[in-house]
Amino acid sequence: MSTVEETQVHADVEELFDQRSWGQRAADMARKNPLGAMGGLVVLLMIVLAVFANYLTPYDPEANSFEYMLVPPSADFWLGTDQFGRDLWTRIVYGARTALFVGFVAAFVGAFIGLLLGVGSAYFGGKVDLIFQRIMDVFMAFPLIIMALAVVSIFGTGTENVIIAITIPFIPRCARVVRSNALAIREIPYVDAARAMGFSHMRIIMRHMAPNVMAPFLIMLTAFVGQAILLEASLSYLGLGVQEPTPAWGLMLQGGAEEYAESAPWVAVFPGLAITLAVFGFNLFGDAVRDTLDPRLRSQ
Amino acid sequence: MYKYTIKRVLLMFPTLVGAAILVFGLLRLIPGDVCELRMAGEGSFVDPAAIAACQADLGMDQHILVQFWDFIFGFFTFNLGTSMWTSQPITHEIGLRFELSMQVAIIATVFSVIISIPMGTISAIKQNTWIDYVVRTFSIAGIAMPSFWLGILIILGLLITTQAWFGTPWMPPIEYVDPWEDPLGNLSQLIWPALATGYRYSAVATRMTRSALLEVLREDYVRTARAKGLLEKIIINRHALKNAMLPVVTVIGIEFAFLMGGLVVTEQVFNLNGLGKLFVESVTNHDFTLTQALVMLVAFIFVVTNLVVDIFYAWLDPRIRYS
Repeated sequence: MSTVEETQVHADVEELFDQRSWGQRAADMARKNPLGAMGGLVVLLMIVLAVFANYLTPYDPEANSFEYMLVPPSADFWLGTDQFGRDLWTRIVYGARTALFVGFVAAFVGAFIGLLLGVGSAYFGGKVDLIFQRIMDVFMAFPLIIMALAVVSIFGTGTENVIIAITIPFIPRCARVVRSNALAIREIPYVDAARAMGFSHMRIIMRHMAPNVMAPFLIMLTAFVGQAILLEASLSYLGLGVQEPTPAWGLMLQGGAEEYAESAPWVAVFPGLAITLAVFGFNLFGDAVRDTLDPRLRSQ
Repeated sequence: MYKYTIKRVLLMFPTLVGAAILVFGLLRLIPGDVCELRMAGEGSFVDPAAIAACQADLGMDQHILVQFWDFIFGFFTFNLGTSMWTSQPITHEIGLRFELSMQVAIIATVFSVIISIPMGTISAIKQNTWIDYVVRTFSIAGIAMPSFWLGILIILGLLITTQAWFGTPWMPPIEYVDPWEDPLGNLSQLIWPALATGYRYSAVATRMTRSALLEVLREDYVRTARAKGLLEKIIINRHALKNAMLPVVTVIGIEFAFLMGGLVVTEQVFNLNGLGKLFVESVTNHDFTLTQALVMLVAFIFVVTNLVVDIFYAWLDPRIRYS
């Protein structure tokens, strides 16, 4: 028995003095979690595409050219062109910019507000918590897309408004998970100690409690990015999201897809592939983050 | 159990009332109304008196609280009023679409249950083997793939294969076919959207089955069953799977509720006249009464599904109802 414990301790100590380079550690993680590594790679690729879009594409993403309408994939147009003669590859690369921008902003803002509300609700407890829970119930009583559609119809379409529409339904979803974790933190004596020290509510919530619910917060955050990209694509496909001529994947599927299904299937195939690959990457990456941070949350 | 059920049922009401306030308030924030929209469509100049008359006709000139009272009161008396846009009774408008959405939801549920439970089980039993990786990749892809894109691909595939085999392209019928009159025609229309949404649905359920079963397989009573020398098949089917089904049932219930109201985009792809499409139409037409009724219907289905799942849960697991 003792030998087992000794090797355990030994391994722990060894971990403390882990001198390996970041590259080696990443390789080690990739071997343990190949799917997660694959997801990370896709995410990285997307970020590179979005940042260096200008250098990676030969054409203007928004300029129409009627000589080259619906050209099949070729050496000049790698993925073909759409009904306005715009190069699909160029629009997909620039579309990564739109998708990531909407995805990251909506996920960060939604998760952060959810974090504040969730921790706050757990911290104050009692009636505040009860009322807050009922309000969250109301917001959770609709499917995400219905909520987003309602918000879009008030604020109108366009990139900024789509971000608002996607952020709002994320808030209660994050707040609920964070709250249930924060309830346990509330009971730990150091929170009472902080109150005895006379710290403000905001300081206790932000500095003492929030850092301890980082695991569920990060898990929700990574899950949200993929969902936000999917939601943006759905809204844009319905014509209620990002508007022409901004390149966005969902928008590229709109209109063109069914009419040109037979004569120009590339218009319908490639943008959808881009959405699927991006969300796939973020989901795999999110799963890996979840497994690393908190294996107990597996079922969520 | 009795007490718990009553408590849960009572909790349902504040949520529904809150949802009613929320949707009513949100709709009043939308700039413009159905009268302006309808009249502006006819010409550039609109007589303000005509708009006022139209608003008075629809009861929109009344105090906002009176309007809200009418809306709530209508619900309790099952009188949903008439649509502001088509002037048809709302129950009639919704009734037409409800049947179709319900059928798609049922086909998709059957499809996904048949696929997800065996796949999730195999994946859990063979954890970290190539089978597990294939199933997991397949299910993560299902969550990542937008169902409207899968729908487009299905239409594309149908057009291309029918063109190649029969010489003429075939598309699923657009007009709704009654299942009792023409079951085959009905199925040939609704099976495609059900497949497109069912893939995502089955992916969610597969992942849930896998993780729930993995958790249960680590329990002591499974070890006891193994120590008794029971066949692995019996351990899985009788002991583990039964307990692992709890969260899976939850997911299936919630997804079913989602399908009833959340198929907005897929219905657009297949040009189906379901609840989702009606919702988009009612919002773009500023048809407040219809939108309110639809949102409340969706919220009601959601809340009731959650209630049923919770009660079912408590019935199966006594720890919940005593906590």
